[in-house]
Amino acid sequence: MRLFRPLITIAGLICLWAVITTAFSLPKFILPTPLVVGKALVTHAALIAENALTTGIEILSGLFLGVLFGMISALLISAFRPVKQWVFPLLIASQAIPVFAIAPLLVLWFGYGMAPKIVMSLLIIYFPVTVGFLDGLNRTDPAWMNLATLLQQSGPKGRFLRLVRLYRYIKIPFALPSLASGIRVAAAIAPIGAVVGEWVGASSGLGYLMLHANARVQTDLMFASLLTLTAMALALYFLIDHGLRLALPWLAGRTDFSFPQHHSSQSTET
Amino acid sequence: MGLDHPASSDTAEAACIPFTETGIAPVGVQLRLSSLAFNGDVLLRNLDLTLPPGRITCLLGPSGVGKTSILRLIAGFLPLPSGSFLKTSDGQPLTGRLSYMDQRDLLLPWARVRDNLLIGARLRGETPDLARADTLLSRVGLEKWRDARPDALSGGMRQRVALARTLMEDTPVVLMDEPFSALDAITKYHLQALAARLLANRTVLLITHDPMEALRIGHEIHVLSGSPAQLSGPIRPAGKIPRDPTNDELKTHYSAIMSALAVSVEG
Repeated sequence: MRLFRPLITIAGLICLWAVITTAFSLPKFILPTPLVVGKALVTHAALIAENALTTGIEILSGLFLGVLFGMISALLISAFRPVKQWVFPLLIASQAIPVFAIAPLLVLWFGYGMAPKIVMSLLIIYFPVTVGFLDGLNRTDPAWMNLATLLQQSGPKGRFLRLVRLYRYIKIPFALPSLASGIRVAAAIAPIGAVVGEWVGASSGLGYLMLHANARVQTDLMFASLLTLTAMALALYFLIDHGLRLALPWLAGRTDFSFPQHHSSQSTET
Repeated sequence: MGLDHPASSDTAEAACIPFTETGIAPVGVQLRLSSLAFNGDVLLRNLDLTLPPGRITCLLGPSGVGKTSILRLIAGFLPLPSGSFLKTSDGQPLTGRLSYMDQRDLLLPWARVRDNLLIGARLRGETPDLARADTLLSRVGLEKWRDARPDALSGGMRQRVALARTLMEDTPVVLMDEPFSALDAITKYHLQALAARLLANRTVLLITHDPMEALRIGHEIHVLSGSPAQLSGPIRPAGKIPRDPTNDELKTHYSAIMSALAVSVEG
């Protein structure tokens, strides 16, 4: 049922779209009817699929690298005071630079291939992941920190190994809900980076296809590409969301860590 | 969440055999505190607290009087103020010989019950002693729940896991900060008996605001009251722990404790 309701909403929107296009008899190049867009999806299927693959690879690579670098940064900032003092303010300040403005620069540096799009996605994703994870790492329950200190006192003295184990067994697991929130935000915005990168300069990808279809007044192809991109973004988000849910089963019944709407409360009740 | 099953097995511990540990010599602890202040307000002054070796010492007092601060000083969570000292009967430092149990169970929500017992060994990089963990789980009557996650357990069961984790460390000194205060009366009653048995031969500081709890399982009882707080006692109720709280002698002690506690409410 939880999947059914949004589908009904989507069907309703498509109907509304069809009604508007026929009622106002809008020309095809302004707003094509859903039927025309559907036809474009079928006739250009191969073209769209090829470009979707490029964009898909860019999004996934950007997401993977962004999450990886974000996690590493958060760990370093949280564990080592000098890193926090010297680097963290810079990280905050870097967010004042609009990523869109440096897109041409990235194309200049990394060429017209996938690299600048991946970097673009990475830059957009990096910050929410870093901040989310860091927030979680910094909020370990003080009572647990005290307990962990006592538990470690009778062990070996090595400070670095103590720190590693503290992170491995206490701090990182406690921070996983915050990291998961960061990753969900990242999954939702990753496509933006890839598409903006493609607009600035590319030889393939959905953003590239949309730009060209628009210039050639192929509005139906433009809409077909946009729908494909939306479907990809949604699929990515729900896959990530589902994966995180499976990875953090102990959070299923918790209210302070809210996955959007559909709590799987029935499954935990039994 | 299956709250019904846990409640029924809360009574299971009554059948437990006494748990005595070999290899640890009881250690006495003495805290001498010149004064302890927070934001300029003197909370405690000229306080002398002795924890006799292998005994349960209860520290009673109303909220905010500084009971927890005393525990935190002994645990090393708070630095000792100048002019104060912490001594042990064998002259060795307390570091590494303490374990601690909080009012909240502090179980790791992602870890299964037995893994919660092994966390100390894991944090020290030691090979976890699975057999000992299993023995302790059966001592607290939770062997069937070994692979359950904490969210499947009732409050009383969770606190029993926390008690088992505390005992897992096998330290001569155990500090307990109102460990049973969040539990209902029956669960509390059973857990006190269980704790009294399992903590035998260890030096225990038990912080509580419940006079009945202190009379039930305390070998020595101190009342902390007034401002800055003064330590009275110790009261040494007769009889083996866990005691029957309806005993006449305990009723006399109960009135004495209540009037000592009342000092800080009026003052």
